[in-house]
Amino acid sequence: MNPTDFTIRGALEALSEGIVTSEALTQAHLDAIAALNPRLNAYVTVTAEKALEAARASDKRRADGVAGKLEGIPLAIKDLFCTAGTRTTAASRILGDFVPPYESTVTANLLRDGAVFLGKVNLDEFAMGSSNATSAFGEVENPWKRGNDDGVRLVPGGSSGGSAAAVAARLAMGATATDTGGSIRQPAAFCGIAGIKPTYGRCSRWGVVAFASSLDTPGPVARSVEDCALLLESMSGHDPKDSTSANLPVPDFAAACARGVKGLRIGVPREYRLEGMPEEIEALWQQGLDWLRAEGAEIIDISLPHTKYALPTYYIVAPAEASSNLARYDGVRFGLRENGEDLKDLYQRTRAAGFGDEVKRRIMIGTYVLSAGYYDAYYLKAQKVRALIKRDFDQAFAGVDAIVTPATPSAAFAAGEKQDDPIAMYLNDVFTVTANLAGIPGMTVPAGYDRQGLPLGLQVLGRAFDEETVFAVSSVIESAANLTKMPQVRAFA
Amino acid sequence: MSLDLQTVRRVASLARLHLQEGEDQRLQAELNGILGWIEQLQAVDTSEVEPLSGAGGTSAPLREDIVNDGGKAEAVLANAPDRAGAFFAVPKVVE
Repeated sequence: MNPTDFTIRGALEALSEGIVTSEALTQAHLDAIAALNPRLNAYVTVTAEKALEAARASDKRRADGVAGKLEGIPLAIKDLFCTAGTRTTAASRILGDFVPPYESTVTANLLRDGAVFLGKVNLDEFAMGSSNATSAFGEVENPWKRGNDDGVRLVPGGSSGGSAAAVAARLAMGATATDTGGSIRQPAAFCGIAGIKPTYGRCSRWGVVAFASSLDTPGPVARSVEDCALLLESMSGHDPKDSTSANLPVPDFAAACARGVKGLRIGVPREYRLEGMPEEIEALWQQGLDWLRAEGAEIIDISLPHTKYALPTYYIVAPAEASSNLARYDGVRFGLRENGEDLKDLYQRTRAAGFGDEVKRRIMIGTYVLSAGYYDAYYLKAQKVRALIKRDFDQAFAGVDAIVTPATPSAAFAAGEKQDDPIAMYLNDVFTVTANLAGIPGMTVPAGYDRQGLPLGLQVLGRAFDEETVFAVSSVIESAANLTKMPQVRAFA
Repeated sequence: MSLDLQTVRRVASLARLHLQEGEDQRLQAELNGILGWIEQLQAVDTSEVEPLSGAGGTSAPLREDIVNDGGKAEAVLANAPDRAGAFFAVPKVVE
């Protein structure tokens, strides 16, 4: 077995039995990165020396009998999380060579538990995108190929495209990611891995480059549901430095994976049955429900009537918050500077040179919907529709314990597709964005393949702060699906 | 509601974005496409609904009003594009 093929759970056992060392695991991943990253472009910064140093320190801790919960596990970090002493870019030119003097709370939690960071992974600029095409560091290639291997480069999804591609290609055992409208769940589905957007407030946003603060949710991606549970448990917890961080105990998520679904009521929202959706996605959804029914769950039809308004609501709320958050990039305190005739000109030229087209588009929309005269018609209206979307879920969860839907309306598409039509790109998030607006947890679990052999995922939604049920349902789908295919482009293939 | 060119330029100025030649026209077309799509929200009856600003709890936690951090001028200035001593440097703003 290649050391890069371990699950996190498997690697923890192998490490504790002394079969492998963290140094060997880390070196194997660094070798795989050196071989495949020039093609996949998943990493924007590889911290090889730091990683090996951390791995040796981890092996020493283990030898000394003080192993943490993720002791020695090599991970990739989305380049949206500030890492002390390591360049953090948000995949934007405007951050230049920004080197944070501090560590984000989520990555600090992972380090506390013994994780080893291999480097920083690619994303859409400021996490704005669904194909990783808006990165200032170039596109990421999806490690999966269509079955007939037509040579077409597929997108890994976005915005956490580097995280998902790195984990699928075995260039990391797991990765941090963030989800504002689907940025964990859509790339996880496209790359055939698992990923969970936890409840808003479960993971601290402190030290994560802000996009839309009322929606941004850090979470993990990994190759199994249980691995996601292990990572999320480490990443979670109350943080006084984030005023929206929930002061609640962190449950044993990994234990919840084994609960089963006997007696659970699973909701199936009729509004998620889209016209023109590929038949195989509809079939996979039915298959998933059959698996759950066979394990003792009760399947219940439900209605979430405001679903179709979720995307337009999101494209008011998210740009509005982004335009405010991104006002800090002014060329004065950190990041890129373009000189101008006066201070305003300096601001304008710095921002014009530093932001890419999609980011500018969203800043413009956000500035417009917040401007005098339009605030009520757009922003206030969107906040009210957001309340109705949340109410839909509150009412649904009075009668069901979890909701199961497709994760995405299609499998991974080709690079270059949908680039000229912002709204076609936005529609990628049609099934995922509702959970961000309502603040509830949602997980992508790989469940099957399309007829071209590309991975497809199902999404499991749960009540706020009930990730445990989400893990239980996802685990049942995962074991029933029993998928064994691996992406064509992967370490040691 | 559709944006005219003058509004596009005004919004760009508010957002402190310098527009290149022809960029205003491209943005006008893109923004009008997106705003036209967003327009469907007007069909939702929200007359009895309170706006929801965030997904988290409704009350912000309070903490003691005490100094708990500081004295880190060098760390704060470490990424500055230009500095003068312990200050950020910018072009002259007063004559």
